[in-house]
Amino acid sequence: MKRKKTNWLITTLLIFGTLLILFPLYLTITIALKTPQEMGEPLLSLPNEWRFQNFLDAIELTNFYNAFLNSFIVTACVVILTVLTNSLVSYAIARNMHKGFYKALFYYFVSAMFVPFPIIMLPLVRQTAVWNMDNLVGLIFLYIVFQLSFNVFIYVGYIKSIPIELEEAAVMDGGNSWSIFWKVIFPLLGPMNATVAILTALYAWNDFMLPLVILTDPSDATLPLTQYIFQSEFSTNYNLAFASYLLAMLPMIIVYVIAQRWIIGNVTRGAVK
Amino acid sequence: MKSKQRAYLLMTIPAVALFFLFHTFPLLQGVFYSFTNWRGYGDWEFVGLSNYFNVFQDMRAWSAYGFTFQFAIVSTLLVNLFSLLVALGLNANIKFQKTLRAIYFLPNILSILIVGFIFQFIFTLFLPQLATLIGVEALSTNILGSPDHAWIGVVIMAVWQAVAFNTILYLAGLQTVPAEVFEAASIDGANPWQRFWKITFPIIAPFFTINMVLALKTFLMVFDHIIALTGGGPGYSTESISVLIYRGGFEGGQFGYQSANAVIYFIVIVALSIFQLRVLQKREVQQ
Repeated sequence: MKRKKTNWLITTLLIFGTLLILFPLYLTITIALKTPQEMGEPLLSLPNEWRFQNFLDAIELTNFYNAFLNSFIVTACVVILTVLTNSLVSYAIARNMHKGFYKALFYYFVSAMFVPFPIIMLPLVRQTAVWNMDNLVGLIFLYIVFQLSFNVFIYVGYIKSIPIELEEAAVMDGGNSWSIFWKVIFPLLGPMNATVAILTALYAWNDFMLPLVILTDPSDATLPLTQYIFQSEFSTNYNLAFASYLLAMLPMIIVYVIAQRWIIGNVTRGAVK
Repeated sequence: MKSKQRAYLLMTIPAVALFFLFHTFPLLQGVFYSFTNWRGYGDWEFVGLSNYFNVFQDMRAWSAYGFTFQFAIVSTLLVNLFSLLVALGLNANIKFQKTLRAIYFLPNILSILIVGFIFQFIFTLFLPQLATLIGVEALSTNILGSPDHAWIGVVIMAVWQAVAFNTILYLAGLQTVPAEVFEAASIDGANPWQRFWKITFPIIAPFFTINMVLALKTFLMVFDHIIALTGGGPGYSTESISVLIYRGGFEGGQFGYQSANAVIYFIVIVALSIFQLRVLQKREVQQ
């Protein structure tokens, strides 16, 4: 196939477009490195000297390491357990869709996608408080359970496309349903697991509403919740605030820069399914 | 065979039980409390449908529905327009394709709340300072401070953040368009405009529908954006339905009343979804 000519017009337009994306980040980085005195000068200018003290102050003020650890534990647990459990449930449903009971389960989970969170929010908060789930364990648990409705939808579609003959061969060798799932099906779900893991990680890491309403102990706060709690204290000091925002966003940005091809590739693949 | 069926049941029953306990059960409780005057504490009694009638007479609720719909519809249209344009651009024969794609997807990985805080700074301090410097008087005030224009600020921030994800979905759709179809059309003398509407768009139409449905549903639930940018103000001008339920339910002692509001909100979303599915099915029949 012959190589087509590069379209420089579109390339140029797209490069100008990235300025719109990168500009708020430029502002965040430069302001995080300035002193309060410099805020009187044009805001677009570069810092006179890089003031890393802002980051140290923000870390101390927001108890950054604690919030980072909370966010990290929640995200890691939710991603691993969601992939393991949600795929298993979807497998049982996908292989029994011809039976009324499992078909009903499928529609039960999928229709829950249309339930807006605010309607369950008020009773749920009371329920978690009474059952001692107003903490990180409760948060992890709820994320895993709530993800079912979307994940069952995409996993079932994918599992149906896996030929059942593969399993029948394993049955001949004497495997039961559990070992077939873990040894035969789960490895075949690799691409879908990656898609689910990425979407789940982004959701659990960045979500603000569920931690806001569920968590009661301030030391349990995740990174977005910490930014919210301390925002009123930052109101006089934008430099400190932006240093703190940057710190909160940085872990995900680093992961993204390292793994962006893999991340975008898997999100795209999930979309085609 | 029996043990196989038992295994399948063991795989699903615990998940179903937990889902019921933490999703369906609270939903049923919400519906139940919507018929009571419970404040979230203390005694309560049944009040029949009066919460529902009151929501319809509540100016604050009307304003929340008005703002939420205005915001959601405008943002949905803008997000789809921009993400389709960006996806078409990224799908063309361009240089630095991988890098550009990575930059355009970047906003999707950032926390909406934190992006909101940054945009709040841009609107309240940066833009007014810039406008004053270059002498554009009209833009020198903070738009988030104006009851009539604050919603535009929310739209701008929401669109900035949401274009990323929809672009990737459109890009996935565009990659299913076979190159031969394009070449055939070019030989027939179709111009780019015709090629887009006659060939590309019909092929990616399912992605268009999904993107519209997803974006509208996400924007109708808007919460983080509001908390970060305006807190619902000035006055109640940018208070969304989610924010109203949160505020009234947790801070205003209106547990029963806001539950009724939430049930209405639920019905609205289900009705919209059914409407959109109808449109979707109609399109599938046509193709």
